Amino acid sequence: MVSAPPAEVAAPRRVPGDRDTAGLGVARAIGFLAPGLLLIGLFLVFPALWTIYIGLTNYTLTGTTSTAPAFVGLDNFAEALDDALFGNALWLTLLFVIGSAVLGQNILGFALAWFLRGARVWLRRTVEAFVLLSWILPSVVVAYLWIAVLDRDGGTLGALLGSPGTAWLVEYPMASLIVFNTWRGTAFSMMLYSSALAAVPPSQLETARTMGASGWQTVRDVVFPHIRGHVLTNTLLISLWTANDFSPFLLTAGGPNHESETLPVFIYRQAISSGRLGYAAAISFLLLVVNLVVALVYLVLLRKRS
Amino acid sequence: MSFRQTLRRTGYVAFMAAALAFFAVPMLWLASAPFDSDPGLGLRWPDWTLANWEATFSHPYALGSLVNSVVLCVVATAVTTVFATLAAYALSRVRIPGRDALLYLLLLLSSVVTGTAAMVPIFVMMFQLGLINSQYATGLVIAGGMLPAAIFILKDFIDSVPRSYEESARVFGASPTQVLLHVVLPVARPGIATILVWAFVQAWGNFLLPFLLLRDVDAQPAAVLLTTLKDEGGSANLNVIPVFSLLYAVPVVALYLFVSKRYGFRFHGGIKA
Repeated sequence: MVSAPPAEVAAPRRVPGDRDTAGLGVARAIGFLAPGLLLIGLFLVFPALWTIYIGLTNYTLTGTTSTAPAFVGLDNFAEALDDALFGNALWLTLLFVIGSAVLGQNILGFALAWFLRGARVWLRRTVEAFVLLSWILPSVVVAYLWIAVLDRDGGTLGALLGSPGTAWLVEYPMASLIVFNTWRGTAFSMMLYSSALAAVPPSQLETARTMGASGWQTVRDVVFPHIRGHVLTNTLLISLWTANDFSPFLLTAGGPNHESETLPVFIYRQAISSGRLGYAAAISFLLLVVNLVVALVYLVLLRKRS
Repeated sequence: MSFRQTLRRTGYVAFMAAALAFFAVPMLWLASAPFDSDPGLGLRWPDWTLANWEATFSHPYALGSLVNSVVLCVVATAVTTVFATLAAYALSRVRIPGRDALLYLLLLLSSVVTGTAAMVPIFVMMFQLGLINSQYATGLVIAGGMLPAAIFILKDFIDSVPRSYEESARVFGASPTQVLLHVVLPVARPGIATILVWAFVQAWGNFLLPFLLLRDVDAQPAAVLLTTLKDEGGSANLNVIPVFSLLYAVPVVALYLFVSKRYGFRFHGGIKA
């Protein structure tokens, strides 16, 4: 992922004593801003706007429409509605997001944060180190690690189960991707919930314990009300990242037979493999709109909290 | 110990063991396969050898792609860090008209315009400009994607730098540039170091953009080459892949250890540093 948004930083705020102590002046300040904004404009804002235009044409990578693309209005969007492969990609992306982000990373991340709270220091450090390592390793390396786990002949999972011969990535591609992405992204939720749990008043936990509440009751009635906002913002962020994640391409490339073709892989295959740039741009635009909605909801929530 | 406590304790130990195994087992391959005389896809106790290392170092593109990775990362990281520092300082100290709106916009841009959502227009743009296979251009594209988040985080850092230092420096007649170079930068160093490492790690691990924009094997960084390593038969070259994965992953891990040891593991939400 190129751009990881800052999650728990507060929304922009006015700093008290906000004054030009360095004597920069507005003109020089704009000069300082210009190079950064120029690059952002060229490589983020312009592409985002240009997607809209390309999506309204029949532009292709090769052939006559590559040199003289025609304006086709909303044809690409109309085509998407009828395209079974696009529907398939949407559905698989939804499965991927719900399975690996909303459920997988969220639940495992919280469970780790909750159970590691009182754990011995060495155990806590060891588990956290491995969870974090799974997050910081480059995606290409991580893809090979999981190909080695799920391989049919010598794969680690087959060996552990004592029954090699199952090509997990071919027979259960989506399930494999969901487990993979849970492994890959849990660190974020774990860290976020760790810091959220630190803000739960210990006296309330103590009271729950003396009243004989079970662990589940404590989580539901004492902890959850304190961290509800964090659960919401965390879920939004990890869902957004997961929906935009290109790693499935590295594990299954969308196969076999489109069975694991999530939207990012679909866009890539339409744009580069099939060369249908106009159609792929229209789909990208839809993804941009969804991203925008999620990010706006996220910002509103952050603002409410602060 | 009551029955219930025993049950709880067992459940706890089982959960921890399962979680540890789940996260650790896939990584063991990176420790065993590079040293195995017959490395396969799957974990086994290695039959120790260093032959894979020789195979990797004599591979025609392996080391070159690591150099390409360094070039790409240095361009992207240097541009991101310098431009973000300048912008963050200006935004922190001067009330430019429309500043708060700009900050919100940056925050939105950093999460909305992902590499995936923008791959088509970026590819088309570079294609039309004839910049496919240009490492510098690819570095700039990557920098453009990282800048909003970098500016935002650095502004937070610089906001917390006490202004009294700058005021004293001004009183003694320092120019604004001198104040920035000799007062603000040294004090904001932990923040800048964090961004430097974050940007480097992001650029180093980025697969999609170099994969799209660098089609020529001589220009490809390690992230892209690693996915194309084949032996003569056309199947994955397992003598080179494990060693090369390890070589490629080590800098990332080393940088994290360095930053967390030196400055403490900072948790900036999505920012992994």
